[in-house]
Amino acid sequence: MLDNSLDNRPGGAAVPLEAAAPARTGGRFKTFFRKFRKQRLAFAATCFILLLLLVAVFGPLLTPYNPDTPDYDALMQGPSAAHWAGTDEYGRDILSRLIDGTRLTLAVSLSAVFIAAVLGTMLGLLSGYYGGWLDRIIMRGSDVLFSFPDLLLAIGIVAILGPGLSNVVIAVAVFGTPSFARIIRSVTLSVKETLFVEATRSMGAKDSRIIWRHIFPETVSSIIVNVSMRIGGAILAAASLSFLGMGAKTTEPDWGAMLSMGRDYLSIAPHIVYFPGLTIFLAVLAFNIFGDGLRDALDPKIKS
Amino acid sequence: MNETPLIEVRGLKKSFAIKKGFLGRTRYLNAVDGISFAIRKGETFSLVGESGCGKSTTGRLVTRLLEPNAGEVRFEGRDISHMSHNQMRPLRKDMQMVFQDPYASLNPRMKVKDLVAEPVLIHTKLSAKERDKLACELLETVGLNSMHAERYAHEFSGGQRQRIGIARALSVRPSLIVADEPVSALDVSIQSQVLNLLQDLQEEYGLTYLFISHDLSVVEHISDRIGVMYLGALVETADKDTLYDNPLHPYTQALLSSVPVPDPTLARERIILKGDLPSPVDPPSGCRFHTRCPSCMEICKQHAPAFREVEPGHEVACHLYDEEMMKLAR
Repeated sequence: MLDNSLDNRPGGAAVPLEAAAPARTGGRFKTFFRKFRKQRLAFAATCFILLLLLVAVFGPLLTPYNPDTPDYDALMQGPSAAHWAGTDEYGRDILSRLIDGTRLTLAVSLSAVFIAAVLGTMLGLLSGYYGGWLDRIIMRGSDVLFSFPDLLLAIGIVAILGPGLSNVVIAVAVFGTPSFARIIRSVTLSVKETLFVEATRSMGAKDSRIIWRHIFPETVSSIIVNVSMRIGGAILAAASLSFLGMGAKTTEPDWGAMLSMGRDYLSIAPHIVYFPGLTIFLAVLAFNIFGDGLRDALDPKIKS
Repeated sequence: MNETPLIEVRGLKKSFAIKKGFLGRTRYLNAVDGISFAIRKGETFSLVGESGCGKSTTGRLVTRLLEPNAGEVRFEGRDISHMSHNQMRPLRKDMQMVFQDPYASLNPRMKVKDLVAEPVLIHTKLSAKERDKLACELLETVGLNSMHAERYAHEFSGGQRQRIGIARALSVRPSLIVADEPVSALDVSIQSQVLNLLQDLQEEYGLTYLFISHDLSVVEHISDRIGVMYLGALVETADKDTLYDNPLHPYTQALLSSVPVPDPTLARERIILKGDLPSPVDPPSGCRFHTRCPSCMEICKQHAPAFREVEPGHEVACHLYDEEMMKLAR
């Protein structure tokens, strides 16, 4: 019943090329960019984040005043042409301190989220791929960490480790890890069942190869989205810890520490609190909106 | 004829636990329920049956992607049925698979040359350059162009992708290829191309195939021996010609009568099976085919027929061909 004349050589007629679709390398990224740009708010947030990053990198070049030099002739002055965001209780320029603090704040929150992402991804991949007792241990551990309110857990960790920015990074990383572990575990569970993973297994590939070469690439978009969503929370948590005196030293130009210092003068010089507060608010908002936009743009189920 | 078969399967069983509801008791779906067959070197053995009869599960048991609950699988005389993942790995070089869905079985993020050479990367120490060269040769062998090597799988048609899958299976020169419905997802015209390719490769490389399909016309084209499965068990195995000329089991007869014959003048009796495939969770008592069998007897409802050889190389599980049982029935 089958027609032998169609192709009876092993070399076969070289199959024509016309079935080939246009090259995809640009395709996926272009689609993503088109979908992302359509979300105006997320696009604006991205611009603001880029601005923050530039400020963090070039901070010292941009500050109008030395952020650490007190000026006892200009104590607690409100916003003016000379000091756009006013001065604090030592007469230091608040705008300069905010600019200088950007680097610190971003460094703390980004490194905390990065550590959480690396740890959480490893745990999630192992937990999802191997299942069994390993999965149970990792997931119950995550549940325990999840059951604490974020900040309370961070306070607890810093209380054990002692105050200081590096301990804030550890604390924020610890409470960020379970969310990565859970998300990556669920992606792993679904990718593990795909046919190409089974095919790789049938070839005789080692687990490490299956996990890193075949499963991990499928989790990357989830990792990116979760990173961007967690940064806002990490900034807030780091600022809160500093505000409570558990993070940055009060001499450091950390946004949270600035809030904390300004608190005492709230009734006479509210601008000392307003500007750091506003900056934290905008930064957190921008990262959250950015994360939302990224999620929508990377989700293939949402059509542009 | 007395050489050890490449693959020998004896009393293979696999069941999957299914749980209904929150406090429901666990029940077992007997996907494969005690099947035995052997495949000689260089032979094509086909498993046919309706969807859900356990043929794909059998394929995965033979390649040990699944672990059997009972029975054994012998590959080149070695029992592999309970080997660990790590013990299996070196053996997998000799048994590769071709999958039904050429869209899902190729990682969309990998270039064709990396897809094709992945088994080589896993099993040998060839350098990247040598692997690329090998991949190009393999692509030519399966009728693609070595220019295709830098592309991604999604840029190809279904038939082309299946060729990529075959090139991949071929890359480590396995002795056995388990092809799980390799042409079911393809157009009929492409099906014949791929089947011819498989046959040519078999001649060239001395391959042994375990070919899984639901389509008897496809199976007729490629097989040496055929096993017919129904509800997790083999009901008949025979040489291709014997099976097509002289099918014994009523189920095989019904299946064969459903194959279209390209001759409108030929009048045939069409056997239509009544009812649906029973659930493999609780298979019928006695002969598992009795609920749909056109020649069902009382005894079929109580006693499961043994899988017996009725003539050399022709085995069937049916009371109709068991004289003692027939005497009892009368």
